[in-house]
Amino acid sequence: MSATLALGLVLLLPGVGAVVIGLLHHFPNIREAMSLLTASLLFITVLYLLNAHLNADPQQLQLAELLPGLPVVLVTEPIGLVFAALSSFLWVVISAYSIGYMRGMQERRQTRFYIFFALAMAGVMGVAFAGNLLTLFLFYEMLSLSTYPLVVHRETEEARRGGRIYLGILLGTSIFFFLPAMVWTWWLAGGLAFTPGGILTGKIEGTAAAVLFGLYLFGVGKAALIPVHRWLPAAMVAPTPVSAFLHAVAVVKAGVFTVLKIGVYIFGVGFLSQTSASEWMMWIAAFSMVMASVIALRKDELKARLAYSTVAQLAYVTLGVSLASPMGALGGALQIVSHAMGKITLFMCAGAIEVAGGKKYVSGLRGLGRKMPYTFTAFLLGSLCIIGLPLTGGVWSKYYLMKGGADAGEPILLAFWILSSLLSIAYLMPVVVRGFFLPSPAENEPQQSLEPETSKAVPETIREAPLWCVIPACLTGILSVVLYFLIPSITGFVAPVLEGGVPQ
Amino acid sequence: MITGHLPVIAVMTPLLGAILCVLTRSSILAWGLTLIGAAIPALSSLIILVQVLSRGMLSYHMGGWEPPWGIEFRIDAANAFVLVIVSAVGLCCAFFARKSVDEEIPQSSQPLFYTMLLLCLGGMLGVVATGDAFNLFVFLEISSLSAYVLVAMGAQRERRALTAAFNYLIIGTIGASFYVIGLGLIYMLTGTLNMADIAVRISTLGDNTALRMGFAFIMVGLSLKFAMFPLHFWLPNAYTFAPSVVTAFLAGTATKVALYAGLRVLYTMFSIGFLFQTETMLYVFLPLGLAAVFAASITAIFQDNVKRMLAYSSVAQMGYLLIGISLANIGGLMAAVLHLFNHAILKSGLFLAIGCVVYRTGSCSIAAFRGLGHQMPWTMAALVIGALGMIGMPATVGFTSKWFLVLAAIDSGWWFVALSIVAGSLLTLIYFGRIIEAAYLQPAPENSTITEAPFLLLLPVWLLMITSITFGINSELPVTLARAASQALFLDPHNGLPPQVSP
Repeated sequence: MSATLALGLVLLLPGVGAVVIGLLHHFPNIREAMSLLTASLLFITVLYLLNAHLNADPQQLQLAELLPGLPVVLVTEPIGLVFAALSSFLWVVISAYSIGYMRGMQERRQTRFYIFFALAMAGVMGVAFAGNLLTLFLFYEMLSLSTYPLVVHRETEEARRGGRIYLGILLGTSIFFFLPAMVWTWWLAGGLAFTPGGILTGKIEGTAAAVLFGLYLFGVGKAALIPVHRWLPAAMVAPTPVSAFLHAVAVVKAGVFTVLKIGVYIFGVGFLSQTSASEWMMWIAAFSMVMASVIALRKDELKARLAYSTVAQLAYVTLGVSLASPMGALGGALQIVSHAMGKITLFMCAGAIEVAGGKKYVSGLRGLGRKMPYTFTAFLLGSLCIIGLPLTGGVWSKYYLMKGGADAGEPILLAFWILSSLLSIAYLMPVVVRGFFLPSPAENEPQQSLEPETSKAVPETIREAPLWCVIPACLTGILSVVLYFLIPSITGFVAPVLEGGVPQ
Repeated sequence: MITGHLPVIAVMTPLLGAILCVLTRSSILAWGLTLIGAAIPALSSLIILVQVLSRGMLSYHMGGWEPPWGIEFRIDAANAFVLVIVSAVGLCCAFFARKSVDEEIPQSSQPLFYTMLLLCLGGMLGVVATGDAFNLFVFLEISSLSAYVLVAMGAQRERRALTAAFNYLIIGTIGASFYVIGLGLIYMLTGTLNMADIAVRISTLGDNTALRMGFAFIMVGLSLKFAMFPLHFWLPNAYTFAPSVVTAFLAGTATKVALYAGLRVLYTMFSIGFLFQTETMLYVFLPLGLAAVFAASITAIFQDNVKRMLAYSSVAQMGYLLIGISLANIGGLMAAVLHLFNHAILKSGLFLAIGCVVYRTGSCSIAAFRGLGHQMPWTMAALVIGALGMIGMPATVGFTSKWFLVLAAIDSGWWFVALSIVAGSLLTLIYFGRIIEAAYLQPAPENSTITEAPFLLLLPVWLLMITSITFGINSELPVTLARAASQALFLDPHNGLPPQVSP
């Protein structure tokens, strides 16, 4: 297999997968096997590309010419490869998890669910391998559109409202800010190709550069910077695997990945620090980080709490890029990886709790940990990774981000990070503590939580969730610890691109 | 050589076909004639376009009389492109007509319906092809008069079509009269009716009040015809109550042709150096274009009748075209021409898709769309593709025209305009979102037994949608054509190569 062919396959596999899944409508078992198979094949393809790239064989594939002089082109480059490997691996995990969840919850329209899941994955791959900004934009929009059916999956009034906010904000920001910013960049630089060191040097300066940077950061609504974050909590009406994958991994990560690409390959880290175009966005991101953490603290619904935690954690990446130092950008890149692993664990645990115990609210979790020990242990590991304690993957990204902050000469930012980390302990740990250490509610004790009585018939005796749900959650939980040892090699892979972005 | 006579063949076949149609009593025969009468112009336009692109402007002297005494058909890259657009949309609609018309028009009037359709098409092609300002008026009236009749034929299904057609007739006639008054003034000043000849003489006249009056009358008259924002009030009713296929046909061609005539007047008769003209663009077209985008899009959001919603959307799209033109540079003009092409494809496709829905459900209110995502999957999928194009998603033609419009606005340094263009897209998202939400996320009414539309109806719809995707993914061809067309309009026609003359 030639590596260029493999680059085409990353789009083709999920696309063909979606069609085949659609054809297997009447055979649920084969359909789900197909979904798993597609995911695994995609992961293998990405690994193959990664290997080819490591052997100094970068690939490029031109697909079409969307506008004269602006082709749709796929390339392999380190940050994109890391993102692609991460998301394709997590797709395998989540495909397995979906089987348990969708059957456990007896969801309807499962075929449509798997089809759009696969299409969304094609969008993610396109974003990851995009060789220029227009290609990225194309797949970015494709991702927004293909995830909409997943968000509104349940077709209730609530789902429709959530879907409206979701699509409205994502498409709205991308059309209103991202598109003009892109046309402006094209007008200035005469090209949109991702180039190490950026393409804007000498083309724009002063306030205009700051405005352009702002247009991009708000335009990439998927990065969920406050105040364009509202879509993320709104999208939590989706089934949990969707929330887990799309809103902890694919969609939000595609967003911050886009921010990272724009910062590193369009502006260039060196250019950003020379013009201080990104300085004002730095403070907005820092504010976003703390503010979202505070909101998360006040949410009782587990998924909503996790959603706001995501908003806060994404701001770390935006902040890292806005620092305009190679260390900051590196921290941002690592944050994408470690947060993905940690947050997907948390979401899968939340879903497992929902399937097994019918519980959606943090206040209703008392004593549940002793009945579902594996789920809650995985939740603990994921939490540690998000908080960024040593011996989990999360520590590295926080370390580099803080180092970047110090490099950029903004020591005040350290206070923001410390505050945000403390807040994340405050909103994540209660879940575990309640689960393990508080007594279960007595039989006839009045319900203290907000749990709606009629939400789902609560099983007589709650026990561990189905294996399809527990195993993936434990796997990613363990991996968030293993990441601690893996990340130094990722650093070695990604860092040269970022360093190369600094003009001498 | 037959190729030398192509311009006149393209215009005359539909007109001759119309005469034959009147004589038949069988609707199927009339439909066959319509198909032929639409296919021949489509084919000839394509050949003309290729000829013009390779050999430059083409001049056809009617009856062998030399212009400016005789009537001249003068075809450059601009009108060759519009000819292709109009005749292609005409062909798609003619194909669609059979089943749809059977459902919506009584058997006895069907041959007359086809007659009018052909007359309308022939008139429009004539407007586009001619190089004579008065001849343009004659063709414009042929197409308009038959369009009034076509709209009125919706009365079988909905009586309000009659008042809509009457309104359209009054406004259209006022527009035509204004055009003639303006042209009279110009004729008084220059003594000629040939556009190229007028241009030469105007350039030596200098600025004077009569000329300004003539220009103003002509532009207002044409603005009524192409539904420039506050003069658009005839359009929503006419589009809503006309038979489905007529709506699709008019949406894709009528306003486009009138706008093309406007461009000819602006750029060919009065050259861009005419001071009054640049002021018109800046102080009239730009504000009205922006107003059209916002006012019409917001109105569209609150419509419960899908045809009316898309009719307002058409008014808004005319706003985009005006914005592009008002930028008064070649980039803006090129974006406008490109958008003209894109919008013709998308809007006719969308109206045809709605025609499929009307064929099955007999209604075009949003409530009738509930659950159709499952019952008419192909029609609705086409509708979604069309909607994505209208919103301007990448990989559809809508994206390319948005791109060039924003680029032209930035190039002129008009930031406010650039942001308004994209803001208009968001409004588009809202009103199409309403249709799509109803179709896919709301259950069908109980006991509903609606099934997919027949293949004959789906074929032209999908043909247009596939065109949208194809040219969205590879936009080289339409962009090249739009660029050639804008150059032909924008650059002084008198310093180019001498036109190739055929009898």
